[in-house]
Amino acid sequence: MIKKLIIIGIMAGVVLIFFDLFNAFTGNEVLSKTADYYARNGAKEVGASNLVTSIVVTYRGFDTLGEVTILFLTAAIISFVLKIREEDIIPNRQVRITSEILDSAAQVIVPVIFMVGIYIFVNGHLTPGGGFPGGAVIASGVLLMIMANPKFGISHTVISWVESISGVAFVILGVLGILFAGGFLDNRVLGLGDFGKLFSAGIIPIIYSFIGLKVGAELSNILGTISHAQNEKN
Amino acid sequence: MFVVIAIIIGVASLIGGYIAIHHEDLSVAIIASGLVSLFASILFLLLAAPDVAMTEAAIGSGLTTLIFFYVLNKIRQRND
Repeated sequence: MIKKLIIIGIMAGVVLIFFDLFNAFTGNEVLSKTADYYARNGAKEVGASNLVTSIVVTYRGFDTLGEVTILFLTAAIISFVLKIREEDIIPNRQVRITSEILDSAAQVIVPVIFMVGIYIFVNGHLTPGGGFPGGAVIASGVLLMIMANPKFGISHTVISWVESISGVAFVILGVLGILFAGGFLDNRVLGLGDFGKLFSAGIIPIIYSFIGLKVGAELSNILGTISHAQNEKN
Repeated sequence: MFVVIAIIIGVASLIGGYIAIHHEDLSVAIIASGLVSLFASILFLLLAAPDVAMTEAAIGSGLTTLIFFYVLNKIRQRND
């Protein structure tokens, strides 16, 4: 009884603290100074028809580099924690047989899912989406492959090469921005091209393709590690 | 019209969340929690954020659900 009263008291206190904040909130009638700058000059300076992409990859590109690094660290930590020793592996683990529907559907749908993922990150500067959603879609294709065939192992050599090459390429493209354009991750290394075309917005499509590959490889690696950890003896 | 659809999706995700917390069978609870993510991604789509919707659908209802199932499998193996 006293415990419940204390909990209710704490909740009432939190409500009291945040009620003023909530009450004083009024929506902005005009854009803030930074947002206004992006909205006015984004298309002209960056040349990408998707304003979100021009902010994520160019104006705030350094943040994106940090996010990709965090994802890499997560994948590395999961691999480290779930590492199993050779002698702990169950030799021939019995798995339930996958249903016919899932098995056949996976063979038809997986290439399409990969294609959609690649489309999303290649067109990141034109349509909604970009490297992170594209990579997540590719990883969901890998997920379907693992579900259809539980013994499917992901090649760590391929994953680590794709992951490291994309990461290094991202940083090198950023440094090219310092050498040939205004600063780190500036996209005007290549010409801006025609607004709204696939080959436009400087190096944004290239950077976003590398981000997509990197995110896809990292998420697939997490899935592969967790799937492999099922083989551990208890 | 938009408000009606949004309210229906909101109520459906509340029901999904309740099932996820209170259902006795853990597999049903995991599926229900994946369903909440799916409803959330539809809501993001209605709110004109298709990029967020794609990420939410792939990670929230795809990868996370599978990871929960792997963990559940591991716990069951240990308890046997």
